[in-house]
Amino acid sequence: MSITIDSEKCIGCGKCAEVCPGNLIKLDGKAYIKYPKDCWGCTSCVKECSVNAVKFFLGADIGGMGGLVYTRQRGDVLTWVIERPDGSAKEIDINRKESNRY
Amino acid sequence: MKLRKLSTDVLIIGGGTAGCYAAMTIAQNSPDTKTLICEKANIKRSGCLAAGVNALNAYITKGCTPQDYVDYARNDAAGIVRGDLLLTMSENLNSVTDHLERLGLVILKDENGNYVTRGKRNLKINGENIKPLLADAVNELENVTVINHINMTGLAVSENRINGAFGFNVSEEIFYSIAAKAVIICTGGAAGLYKPNNPGFSRHKMWYPPFNTGAGYAMGIRAGAEMTTFEMRFIALRCKDTIAPTGTLAQGVGAKQINSLGEVYEDKYGLTTSQRVHGTVMENISGRGPCYLKTEGITPQQDDALIKAYLNMAPSQTIKWLESGKMPSEQNVEIEGTEPYIVGGHTASGYWVDTDRETTIHGLFAAGDAAGGCPQKYVTGALAEGRIAALSALKYIASKSIPEISEEKISENSSRAEKFLNTKGSRFSCEQLEEAMQTVMDRYAGGIGTNYRYNEKQLAIADERISQIETLTDELCAEDMHELMLIYELCERLTVCKILIAHLRARKETRWHSFAENLDYPERDNENYLCCINSRLENGKIKIIRRRLIKEGERYEHNDRQ
Repeated sequence: MSITIDSEKCIGCGKCAEVCPGNLIKLDGKAYIKYPKDCWGCTSCVKECSVNAVKFFLGADIGGMGGLVYTRQRGDVLTWVIERPDGSAKEIDINRKESNRY
Repeated sequence: MKLRKLSTDVLIIGGGTAGCYAAMTIAQNSPDTKTLICEKANIKRSGCLAAGVNALNAYITKGCTPQDYVDYARNDAAGIVRGDLLLTMSENLNSVTDHLERLGLVILKDENGNYVTRGKRNLKINGENIKPLLADAVNELENVTVINHINMTGLAVSENRINGAFGFNVSEEIFYSIAAKAVIICTGGAAGLYKPNNPGFSRHKMWYPPFNTGAGYAMGIRAGAEMTTFEMRFIALRCKDTIAPTGTLAQGVGAKQINSLGEVYEDKYGLTTSQRVHGTVMENISGRGPCYLKTEGITPQQDDALIKAYLNMAPSQTIKWLESGKMPSEQNVEIEGTEPYIVGGHTASGYWVDTDRETTIHGLFAAGDAAGGCPQKYVTGALAEGRIAALSALKYIASKSIPEISEEKISENSSRAEKFLNTKGSRFSCEQLEEAMQTVMDRYAGGIGTNYRYNEKQLAIADERISQIETLTDELCAEDMHELMLIYELCERLTVCKILIAHLRARKETRWHSFAENLDYPERDNENYLCCINSRLENGKIKIIRRRLIKEGERYEHNDRQ
């Protein structure tokens, strides 16, 4: 359970580092995850990243298969994009104005 | 390190659920009062609500009363609760919920505009952004200042009265001495005491925030505050691997707990929180594991709703379903118990407080997971306690001026931090000692490895080993401020472990399976243990104190403190 940060895409805005509840992301011009094993998996950093440089994955020790997750935000809609290792992707839209039904 | 001295009327340590709401309450009731929140991360996503939450689990639904909630919590804790605390919390649950909705929280309603309830006490919400909503509200307040990325490490107490607290910036070399008329501890509970479910790469994929390290408990313990019921550990029953919540499956789609033979076993062991964990442990021991929540056969529409619900609070579970290619309707969800935590919002561990949430130190208040005696708080209960503690703190500071913190006290605290920064090289790393602590707790103090059970001999070993590890922390070194924070967090956890072990040894019965299961005393002993087990550090020794259970309607005050 952790994140990867694509340094090509990262614009060094520092928002991910600002919100990480464990202070695990540091900046050296670009952001990088300094303590990958200490990640809780809350995805706060993923939601902050406007250029989709930050992606979240499940560790192999908890069943991860190599998929990567990022989010896009437009108005009230938060779109979760799950990229599978085979290149296919699934998008799930969640309207923040709609409640969970369970 | 640079020294920065600050002063404020009220200092709130920890800007999570309870801390944010305490600040909002102060601003609302006394706009001129200066409040300072010191937060280890950033209040936007810190604390338990970082990923979100998809239900409010504590609400008084139509036809129910606050007393019903007290009765439920008391039953779940097998009697070891404070009725005064539970009732005053319960009376505030609905008004804080209304407030959350006004702040923008989306709560599910029916066509008549009434909240849709889940069971007797729950509301369904979209809580993915609940923490940013609270943070935005706090950041708008005029006389509330938030300092993010500051790790508070110690209390300034003189003659059992609070004068303020100490801490340091987690990346820059700045030490803070903060004088305050009153302090509210909202630091949450303690995770990372025991070996976690997945000790390798995903060691922090745990139920409780791994960054809640028991700082508030440790500060209070060292300052001589009385703690209660640490022996009532909390173990969550979760989806295997992702440690995602099970309530949404159990209550949302009615999934029952079944063993590998497909038999529903939950009725066999009882339905309290600890009994549900215990049943799962027993089925595994008896060779009928793994255990599951039976989701096979639910509809594709339910699959879709679950996938969204989990993204709003525990996205890893959704990813797991999508990566495996099997939706819950096609494959039952395997469940397991987590490692034990100390957390006053679920069980009754924490500071011993009076009805107003003042601790045994004058002017020091506690709310949320930090405060004991009042289990089943969840989000709304933490808000309610934040409100109660804030109102009490306002009363307390009424005629007080800002106290002085002596230079001697400041230097005593800052020099400890300096020592770790100035030490070059140590035999063991902080990480090694953390692992040692978790291994000891797992083997000898009832971790996952022993099915949460222990006996007197094992507890004695645990106590001895934790003391040894504590002495090794003296020689640790920190390369930077983050490493300094990790050392302090380890020391906090070790302090909490010591108190926890003392509490486990003091309750010579088994009142709750799994939560506190003593193999030398496997039965419940109502004659001797229908009471609170409390503790206080006196001259370096842990003193165990028994206190009677306070009933609802009573007003409890500390009568025997200094």
